Amino acid sequence: MSRLVVASIGPASSVQDGGRHGAQRYGLTVSGAMDRLSLAAANTLLGNEPFAAAVEIGPFGATFTARDGAVRVAIAGAPRNADVAGKPVAMDTSVTLKDGETLTLGFARGGAFTYLAIEGAIKGELVFGSLAVNARAGLGSPYPRPLQAGDEFTVDAASGAPELRIELPKPVSGPIRVLLGPQDDEFDDANKALFLDSEWKISATSDRMGYRLEGPAIKHLHGHNIVSDGTVIGSIQVPGDGSPIALMMDRGTTGGYPKIATVITADVGRLAQTSVGTAFRFREVTMAEAQDEARKFTRLIKDLPDRLRSSDTVELNIEALSDANVAGDAVSAVDAGTWQVAVEP
Amino acid sequence: MAATLPPPRLLPSGDSAVTVEFSRTIDDAANERVLALDKALAASPIDGITETVPTYRSLLVHYDPGKIGFDALCEKILPIASQPLPPATKARRWRIPVAYGGEHGIDLEDVAKALNTTPEDIISRHAGGDYRVAMIGFTPGWSYLSGLDKSLQMSRRQSPRLLTPAGTISIGGIQAGIQCLAAPSGWHLLGRTPVRTYQLHRNPTFLTEPGDRVTFFAIDHKTFEELDRAAEAGEIVAEQVMA
Repeated sequence: MSRLVVASIGPASSVQDGGRHGAQRYGLTVSGAMDRLSLAAANTLLGNEPFAAAVEIGPFGATFTARDGAVRVAIAGAPRNADVAGKPVAMDTSVTLKDGETLTLGFARGGAFTYLAIEGAIKGELVFGSLAVNARAGLGSPYPRPLQAGDEFTVDAASGAPELRIELPKPVSGPIRVLLGPQDDEFDDANKALFLDSEWKISATSDRMGYRLEGPAIKHLHGHNIVSDGTVIGSIQVPGDGSPIALMMDRGTTGGYPKIATVITADVGRLAQTSVGTAFRFREVTMAEAQDEARKFTRLIKDLPDRLRSSDTVELNIEALSDANVAGDAVSAVDAGTWQVAVEP
Repeated sequence: MAATLPPPRLLPSGDSAVTVEFSRTIDDAANERVLALDKALAASPIDGITETVPTYRSLLVHYDPGKIGFDALCEKILPIASQPLPPATKARRWRIPVAYGGEHGIDLEDVAKALNTTPEDIISRHAGGDYRVAMIGFTPGWSYLSGLDKSLQMSRRQSPRLLTPAGTISIGGIQAGIQCLAAPSGWHLLGRTPVRTYQLHRNPTFLTEPGDRVTFFAIDHKTFEELDRAAEAGEIVAEQVMA
């Protein structure tokens, strides 16, 4: 066995997987990765199950050091500068850290969460089939809290398999798609239109439990109290002050504010990766479209192994990318699209 | 042939869940229909349903749209939900010890003042109630109870507390509750129970189920400490009353 030591890490970083299912009826929150596609991509690069436990790294930087042997890892999600011993590492690739080597990840450049998967996956004690951390509930394993410097994972020794990259489809752009309901009848047409037609920004007070949205105040028809009922990931509640909150992975399983709309499953990860202060809009879709997209999303994850490529072909691009960063503004620090075009083979 | 009940409203909660709503208010009859539907769906599972969450007035049904579409699911649920179903309530009753007042129930005095009575009277009215676990939610084991004495119903605090202790016994609006983990709350804190409605390494992990009945009894603060230690060691310090 090798060890992967968290040498340094910012806040809002924790172990996450596909989430904890089956006990929402007892108030047990689901948790799990904010961006499931990126988690699955990082795991697929290493031959892990798509929703195996990995490190979800928040917007700030992090460093990881291999001890007692080599450790093979992969990174996907919000783009960042990354290097091992001064040699740049591209997003969406695997890389092996030799004993004593350190992987250094910079701040997220657009987006919020980057996933560091480990060959053989993170091991720990499952609760309802999951290691996912919910710090509020003191749940998760091996550390039931945000990660901190000095934490370490006992992991499989690196297999020595050839390094891979994964070719993900171009990210969908445009508005975050929603279905109205279940309590859209608690709002009049003008306020529903205000919700759908306005520009929104994610507030800095957001976290894994919910994203607060800054924009116009949405008014209720009959006040903001409803008798508490069930919530889902992506429920958009409107509390008394009229500022909507999109419920994310650490949400409570029930809530007492009217829910004007629900983010479609395929777009939850996109919303999760919308950085604080970035303007975006919502768009209403039909149930048929939402379910079609949900099925496509499931298929995309299932077929991720077909998107694996040898990593050799990106070496040149990595260097070009590195040069661009050294040059300063050649790559936009806020526009994820620019970055992703740059790593396109 | 059983009579047909007013059909519930089926409200989409995104592309992977549907809210089966029987009432918009807190209503034991609606809650019984929620629990009965929950039981019926567990007894004869519909392919594609992944999880259900009973609440006061609705059943949230999570499903996999890869297995069943919204319309097909609604067509299967509606006839079941519109018929009288055998009641789901089990004959489980819990007597829950509570250390009222003092550091364990910091709002007891204020509640008594607001209702023009004494803390002892509040305790006797709260402990004298016969409650039903209407739903569990928000955080693990948080049991929402119906059956609060009308004379104890008062609005929530103006500003919610950011953190209230594990085991808090509180009231808010027409509801009463047993809170298992430390959490934010705008309810009035009357006391604390050593009972863990959720404890990870205990069997059962979750003590209460929707439909269970609950009564409270007062214990002194010394007994609280003793029972709290026993509970921490994994004992179920609530008393189960056999029907």
